[in-house]
Amino acid sequence: MALSNEQLERYSRHIILKDIGVKGQKKLLDAKVLIIGAGGLGAPAALYLAAAGVGTIGIADADTVDLSNLQRQVIHSTSDIGKPKVESAKESMLAINPDINVITYKEFIYSKNILDIIKDYDFVLDGTDNFPAKFLINDACVKAKIPFCHAGIIRFEGQLMTWVPDSNVPCYRCVFKEPPPKDAVPTCRQAGVIGAMAGIIGCLQAMEAIKYITGAGELLTGNLLIYDALSNDFRKAKIPKNKNCGICSDNPTVTELIDYEQPPCELNK
Amino acid sequence: MKITVAGKLKEYSDGLTVKQLIEAEEVENPLYVTVTLNDEFVNSEDFDKTVINDGNVIEFLYFMGGGR
Repeated sequence: MALSNEQLERYSRHIILKDIGVKGQKKLLDAKVLIIGAGGLGAPAALYLAAAGVGTIGIADADTVDLSNLQRQVIHSTSDIGKPKVESAKESMLAINPDINVITYKEFIYSKNILDIIKDYDFVLDGTDNFPAKFLINDACVKAKIPFCHAGIIRFEGQLMTWVPDSNVPCYRCVFKEPPPKDAVPTCRQAGVIGAMAGIIGCLQAMEAIKYITGAGELLTGNLLIYDALSNDFRKAKIPKNKNCGICSDNPTVTELIDYEQPPCELNK
Repeated sequence: MKITVAGKLKEYSDGLTVKQLIEAEEVENPLYVTVTLNDEFVNSEDFDKTVINDGNVIEFLYFMGGGR
């Protein structure tokens, strides 16, 4: 279908890019991206993907907006405190761009619901705040062959990597075999995180989704991007495929999705 | 010898093991760091017997669990 005059104007700065053009914008409008976690990472990612005209955006989170969220979760406002995060996020996204469709999932992801939620999406963003969820998203996306972008932040540091279904591309579990024991590695609640870090890394995740959908440039596959804000150090660490990986190797040991014990969210309690 | 540690060129004495480098670099949570040596994973059981040589490239990959 041809773009309307309003769409041509709204997306004109995309359309003028030779790596996007009308063709790329149409791909964005036809694309379906799921954001798991409507928080620090999910907030900027959801806003930019909505503004970019990603036609269908799913957003999953069981929590309500809390005052302590607002230091970084820029999709929510002070007046949203107490409101379900997915509702607040949806309102902000549609306020920026009513041209898109937002699907909300007011639930945490578990082994029982994740495959059902992710199955209709082209690309998944991991905006969760705990290792059990990050491993679950990795394992489910690998199992369902759905490309996704992992990210994690703490203090003044952030990291991300992208996985696509290709036998040469390492997954999150290739790098980190299993979640650390509870409290062995500090959470943002315990250690803190600078709000702008969520903004930077969440935007990089949105960029990965846009590049995947439009085919522009290279994805962050086979690399872990590491950002250290204090030293202004932005670099890619090459990551190999782990031939003994529990999920993406030829002989996976993770045959069923796992709910590790840590509670789904420690940040807002 | 000169080695590249997390993107930076550093000088260390010969015979250094991965375990000794982890200590020298004061890696936080040394039990939960993933190490690559010349783009290959080093098993954590092998940290104390894996010797780093001149020109080697070492990366420390850390768990980062935050996001919401």
